[in-house]
Amino acid sequence: MENLEQLVQDGLTAVKNAESLQALDQIRVEYLGKKGLITQQAKTLGKLSAEERPAAGQKINEAKGQVEEAINARRASLEEAAIADRLAKESIDVTLPGRGQDLGGLHPVTRTLQRIEQFFGNAGYTVEQGPEIEDDYHNFEALNIPGHHPARAMHDTFYFNPGTLLRTHTSPVQIRVMEAGKPPFRMICPGRVYRCDSDMTHTPMFHQVEGLLVEKDVSFADLKSTIEEFLRVFFERDLKVRFRPSYFPFTEPSAEVDIEWGRETDGSIKWLEVMGCGMVHPKVFEHCGIDAEQYRGFAFGLGVERLAMLRYGVNDLRMFFDNDLRFLRQFR
Amino acid sequence: MKFSEKWLREWVNPAIGSQALMDQITMAGLEVDGFEPVAGDFTGVVVGEVKTVAPHPDADKLRVCEVSSGDETVQVVCGAPNVREGLKVPFATVGAVLPGNFAIKKAKLRGQPSNGMLCSESELGLSDDHAGLMELPADAPVGEAVSAYLGLDDVTIDVDLTPNRADCLSLRGLAREVGVLTGEAVREPELAPVPASHDEKPSITVEAPAACPRYLGRIVRNVGLTVATPLWMVEKLRRSGIRSIDPAVDVTNYVMLELGQPLHAFDRAEVEGGIVVRMARDNEELVLLDGQTVKLTPDTLVIADHAKPLAIAGVMGGEHSGVTDRTRDLLLEAAWFEPIAMAGKAREYGLHTDASHRFERGVDYELARTAMERATALLLEITGGEAGDIVEVASNEHLPVAAQVTLRSARLNAVLGMAIDASRVEDILTRLGLEIVEQTGDRWTVRVPSYRPDISIEEDLIEEVGRIYGYNNLPVTEPTGSLAMRPVKEAVRPVSAVRNFFVACGYQEAVTYSFVDPKVQEILDPERDGIALANPISADLAVMRTTLWSGLVKTLEYNQKRQQPRIRLFETGLRFVRNGDDIEQEPMLAGIVTGNQVPENWANGRREADFFDVKGELESLFSLLGVEVRFTAGSHPALHPGQTAQLFLGDRSVGWLGTMHPQVEKKLDVNGTILLFELFLNPIVSGYVPNFKEFSKYPEVRRDLAIIIGNEIAFADVDRVVRNNAGNRLNALRAFDVYEGEKLGEGKRSLALSLFWQHPERTLNDDEVHELFDRVINALREELGATLRS
Repeated sequence: MENLEQLVQDGLTAVKNAESLQALDQIRVEYLGKKGLITQQAKTLGKLSAEERPAAGQKINEAKGQVEEAINARRASLEEAAIADRLAKESIDVTLPGRGQDLGGLHPVTRTLQRIEQFFGNAGYTVEQGPEIEDDYHNFEALNIPGHHPARAMHDTFYFNPGTLLRTHTSPVQIRVMEAGKPPFRMICPGRVYRCDSDMTHTPMFHQVEGLLVEKDVSFADLKSTIEEFLRVFFERDLKVRFRPSYFPFTEPSAEVDIEWGRETDGSIKWLEVMGCGMVHPKVFEHCGIDAEQYRGFAFGLGVERLAMLRYGVNDLRMFFDNDLRFLRQFR
Repeated sequence: MKFSEKWLREWVNPAIGSQALMDQITMAGLEVDGFEPVAGDFTGVVVGEVKTVAPHPDADKLRVCEVSSGDETVQVVCGAPNVREGLKVPFATVGAVLPGNFAIKKAKLRGQPSNGMLCSESELGLSDDHAGLMELPADAPVGEAVSAYLGLDDVTIDVDLTPNRADCLSLRGLAREVGVLTGEAVREPELAPVPASHDEKPSITVEAPAACPRYLGRIVRNVGLTVATPLWMVEKLRRSGIRSIDPAVDVTNYVMLELGQPLHAFDRAEVEGGIVVRMARDNEELVLLDGQTVKLTPDTLVIADHAKPLAIAGVMGGEHSGVTDRTRDLLLEAAWFEPIAMAGKAREYGLHTDASHRFERGVDYELARTAMERATALLLEITGGEAGDIVEVASNEHLPVAAQVTLRSARLNAVLGMAIDASRVEDILTRLGLEIVEQTGDRWTVRVPSYRPDISIEEDLIEEVGRIYGYNNLPVTEPTGSLAMRPVKEAVRPVSAVRNFFVACGYQEAVTYSFVDPKVQEILDPERDGIALANPISADLAVMRTTLWSGLVKTLEYNQKRQQPRIRLFETGLRFVRNGDDIEQEPMLAGIVTGNQVPENWANGRREADFFDVKGELESLFSLLGVEVRFTAGSHPALHPGQTAQLFLGDRSVGWLGTMHPQVEKKLDVNGTILLFELFLNPIVSGYVPNFKEFSKYPEVRRDLAIIIGNEIAFADVDRVVRNNAGNRLNALRAFDVYEGEKLGEGKRSLALSLFWQHPERTLNDDEVHELFDRVINALREELGATLRS
C-alpha cells in the first residue's frame, strides 16, 4: 500500500503541472477513471482480510478524494485563467466614438409651437387647424374688418383674386370652429400666416398662435391671468407683464402685451411687445351665431418666431427660413 | 402723428416730466413710437445780423461779411447763396460747438480771416436743409442765444395711433386725452368767427351728398402770400414733420395739426364759375400738386369747378388751382367726407396724404366751420386781406347723428372682472366728453361727441372705462370652465410622432415658404400649375407650392453651397393644388436626402445613402403608424425612371419615393445622389388599434432557397407567387441575398429566400413542409421562369 501514497503524490504533481483542461482531464482518467491507477488499487482489497479491508478501502477513497479535489481546484484555476485571457483579448477602446445614425432635430418654430401647444393643452385647450388659402369673409369680414376698414391696410395681404387670399392671421380658424360648433370653446390655432412684407424684421411668411376661450362667464381679468401665466411658463421666469390699450377690430377691449426685457440706459424697465389680446367683439360672435349676451370670450395672438427669437437668442428673423443646417442643428 | 411737446403743453400742461408724459400717453393706448430733440446739440450760436457783404478777392463763390453778434462785429467768410445785408441768421461765434462736436475756431478762407460761421438749418440739426442760411425774422434780437430764441428745449414725440383713434390726429385730440388722464384742464385757443368784410360768396354745388355731406367754402381776398410765415408757426410745423411752403398752405396745415380738420386753399382766379363736388367722369385727368398726372376713375370723388376737376376730394389738390406767390384771392375749403367713400381712394392712386389719412379714419363731422374760422383768422393775421361769408352746403340726411350708447354696470363689471364705483365710471365718461343724458341705478346712457365716431356700442364704452381706469389696475383671476373630456382617436397618430421619427432617423426639420419659384416647380412638377399670387413679394416666391420638394430642393442647394455634403431634411405642411374651382390644401410630408447614410466614422459610414436606405426608413415609419403601404415601380418627371416607387395604401396613391433624375439635378444645380420622398399625411397617420391574437406555441420551421430569375421580374412578383402557394401557415418570407454577376448570365439575378412556417395548434411535420416547399418551387418555375440555383 505504500504504492498508494506514491500514486497520490504522482497524481498531485501531475495535476499541478497540468497546463490545460484537456491535460487535466487525461490526468483524471489516468488516476481516477474506471481503469485509473488509483481506481485499480481497489482490486488489491480482495487479497486482504475482512478486518483489514475497511481501513484499506477508506484509504483508497481518501486518496481518490485527494486527487479529485486537486483536479477540481486546478480546473477552476485553469478556467479562470482562460476567461481572463479571453477578456484580455476582447478588450476594446471604449473612448472611440459610437457608430450609426446621428440625431436630426426639430425646426425651432416647431419646437416652440410644441411647447405652446403643450402649455395650452394642459389647460384644456384644443389645437385647431384651418386652410391657409382663405376667403375674404373668414379672414376679414367675419372678424369685423369690412372692406373699407383702415385696419386692412395694417395687413399687407397676398391675394389670388379679390375674394381669395393667403390668411394674414390664424383668427379665421377660430371663426370656422365657432361656426361649426357650440360654445363653450377653448382652443388655440397655430399655423403659417402671410403678409406681403419683407425686410430685416419681416418675412412674408411667419407663424402665429391664436387662442380663444368662450364661456358664459369670462372676463378681462381672466384673460390677464392666462396671458401672464403663459408668458411666465414660456420663459420660465417670473417676468413683469403689462397690458397696454390697443385696437384690433375683432376684440374689445383690446390690449397689447409687453414683457419686461432688461433695462433701459436710465435704469427703467425696457418693455418689449410680444402679444395682442382682448375680449371677443360682439360682432364676431354675431357672425358666428353666438349670443353675445349669453357668452363672452377672450382671444389672443402671438408671433411664434418672435417668441422663439427671444427664448433662444436668435437675432435675425430671416434665419428661420434660410434653413441653414448650421442654424437648424442648434435646436436638437 | 408727430408733434412738439411744447405745443402740446400749450394746450394742457400737467406737472410731470417728458418721459412720464409719454408713458401716460402710451399706457392710454396711444403708443409712443419714439421721440427726438427738435434740434442738434449745440452751444455758442446767437442771432447774428449781417452788416455788410463784399466779394472775396480770391474766390468767386465766397463772400466776406461783417456780422454783428450784439457784443461785437467781426469778419466772417460765407459761401451761402442767400447771404445779404441786413439778414438775421444763426451765428456760430468763435468757441461755439455745433452738432457732431464740431468746434468753431478762427480760420482763414482763401487768405481772408473768418471769425465764426453763419449756419444753415442742417448745421444746427433742425432739418436736412443745407441749401442756404437759415433766415431768422427781421425782428429777431441780435445776440440772443438761438436755442432760447427758437425754444429748442423741446422734443418731437411720435405716436403710433391705431386706426380707431382718428380723434387724436390733432393737438386738440391729444390734449383732450392728456387732460382725461391727468385731470389737468385743457386750454383751447380763441376760436372766434371772423366777420365778413366783403360780400363775394362762392357758388357751391354738391352733387354727391352721400360722399360729401358737408362742404364749406369762403373767399378771402387780397392776401399777400409773399410774406413769410411767422417763425413760431414754421417751427411748430417743422417739429411735426411738415415743411413750410407759403402762408396759405402753412395755415391750412397748421389748423389740420391743431384741430384735426384737413383744409384746402384754391387760387380763386383759377376756379371757373364755382365749386362742384361730384364723382369723376370717365377718363378725366388731373395734374396733382406733386406734379403727377392721374387718370380719374368714376368712383373717385372730386372737387371741380364748372369746367374741370380741381382736386381729388380729401386726398390732394390739383397743380393748376394751387396757390402760388402770385395768388391774390383764395377759396378756402373745409369739408367732411364720408370715411367709407374715402377708404382706399388715396391708395388707388398710389398716394397717402395727411388729409387722406384723416378722412379715411373719420374727421369730426362738426369741426369744419370752427376750423375754417380758425384758419381765416390766422391767415388774415399773417397775410392781411378780407374774408367773405362762409357758404355751407350740408346734407343732414347723410351726416352722422350723435350716437347714444347705454352702458350697463353689470355688463361693465362682468367684462372687466371687477366692480368699478359708479362715481368713477361717471367721472371717466364725462371727462372723455361723453355726456350722460340718462342715468338709472344700473345704467348710463351717454351722447357720443362728434369727434369720437369710434364709439357706437356698449363694448366701446367698456373699453374706454377700462382704458382710463388702467388695464394694469384691473384684477388678475383665473378662468373657470367645464372640465369635459375630449375624444382622442388612438388609431390616429399625431404628426409630432412622425416628426420625432424622422428626427431619430437623423433628419433635420425644415420650414420653407409656401410660395416658391415657378421655374423650380416647373422642373419638379411640370404637370401641375402652381396657383399664382396676384401680388407676389418677388418673382422667385410667386406661386403656391404643389409639392414640398420645391422648397426642400432650394434648401438642399443652399446648404450644398455652404459645404454641407450630408443633408437629410424633412418638412410637413400644406401643398396647394387647383381642382376645378376648388383649391385642395393637403397636408404633406416630404424629405430629401443626400450624402452618406450615416455620418462618416472610423469603422464604416462612407456609403452614400441609396433608395433602400430611405425605403427602409419609410417602412419603419409605416409600421410605427400601423399602415401597410405598397411600393410599386412608377414614373415621376422629377425622378430617375429606374429608381422610382409609387406608394399605395389600398388603392389610394399616397406618395412617391425615388432618386432624383440626373437631368433634373443638372437643371436645379444640385449634385450627388439625391433621394426624394413625398407622402400625403392624412391617410398614413390613420393606423389601427391593436387587437390581440393568440400566438402559436409550436416550433417555427425555416426553409431557404435560391432562385435565378430574369431582371424584369420584381421581388413583389416573387413574393406574391410564394405567398399564393405556401399555404396559410406561412409566417414570414424574407429575401436574404440578391446577387447579379457574370456567372448568372446577362439580365439574370439570383434571389435567396427564407420561408418560415408555423402551425397554431401543432408541430408541422417534415412531409407537409416539404410538400409546401416543392409547391412554391414549382410555382416559381412555372409562373416566373425561375430556376433553382445549385
